[in-house]
Amino acid sequence: MLLDSLTVVSKWAIPLLLLAIPIYGYIKKVPVYEAFVEGAEEGFKTAVKIIPFLVGMMVAISVFRASGAMDYLIAAIAPLMVALGAPPEVLPMAVMRPLSGSGTLGIATELMRVYGPDSFIGRLASVMQGTTDTTFFVLTVYFGAVGIKKYKYSLYTGLTADIVGLLAAIYICNMIFR
Amino acid sequence: MLNLIWLLLLASGIIVAAINGNIEVVTEAALGAAKGAVEVCFDLIGIMALWLGIMKIAENGGLINTLARLLKPIMVRLFPSVPNDHPAMGAIILNLSANMLGLGNAATPFGMKAMQELQKLNKNSDTASEAMCTFLALNTSCITLIPATIIGVRLSFDSANPTEIVGACIFASLCAMTIAVSLDYWFRTKSPWGRKK
Repeated sequence: MLLDSLTVVSKWAIPLLLLAIPIYGYIKKVPVYEAFVEGAEEGFKTAVKIIPFLVGMMVAISVFRASGAMDYLIAAIAPLMVALGAPPEVLPMAVMRPLSGSGTLGIATELMRVYGPDSFIGRLASVMQGTTDTTFFVLTVYFGAVGIKKYKYSLYTGLTADIVGLLAAIYICNMIFR
Repeated sequence: MLNLIWLLLLASGIIVAAINGNIEVVTEAALGAAKGAVEVCFDLIGIMALWLGIMKIAENGGLINTLARLLKPIMVRLFPSVPNDHPAMGAIILNLSANMLGLGNAATPFGMKAMQELQKLNKNSDTASEAMCTFLALNTSCITLIPATIIGVRLSFDSANPTEIVGACIFASLCAMTIAVSLDYWFRTKSPWGRKK
């Protein structure tokens, strides 16, 4: 039942928005096509503007991952995570979560392929994926879009939220799925 | 801080690769990522153009203002430095709604639009304003009602109950959001960063 309604929502949400907003605009006497093009032009400029920021961040993260430095980081925090009730298999995912969205999704998919989506590991990986956003990506892209170079305390807030989200995910999964 | 993190990621990666004797992966990773970053931006161009185009229609028709007015009581508390009839409010609301519903590729354009509007209010154009920090705190930790992507992955592996994780996701993201908003409030009001105006 829940699944059916969720599938319906995710299938219909975008077509409905694409239908409803232009019709609404037309009723309100907005020149719909002209307004659309005007907005779309801004989208183009913004996407181009974030390129340097994204190149800088993705290169650093990619080198960090590929060199094996990330594996050391994972090994360093492993004992702590296991003590908190997380299976060691999900550790790479926990470390990757703030750094790379597609990287995390890749790990989550692999974990589910190997252990099954209904295993404890599969469920925990799902909850971790669904809990927080990729802090570094969001900060890079959003601040990059307007040329902000000094992030002030944003990074601390974002990373603390990531850690809290991770701990909460481990806790709740141990409560309901063990 | 960001400069240091960036340097640490890059330098520790290169040093570790050198020690492990696989320095060649650095070149490959760096060049591949640089290329990949541009590809991500190109993928974004179409999606950004589509959603910002649709948003412009909604904005010109007054829909976004109506939405912002409805949520005014919450927004004014979260963003005291943003006038409540400012276009930034509408874009922030759209971004957060898209995030909650798991519409990731619609969320990004709205988020960037929100940042551009917030930038117009920012007195110091290379430094994040308080409102920007609050917005990003909310955005990165936003409560997820429908984690659509991961439900899709679970479905593809024939999970017996693909949506059983929804409740846990809501709980965990609620914890993260509560902490993010509280911490942001603390930084904004109590820390030296927030106080100096």
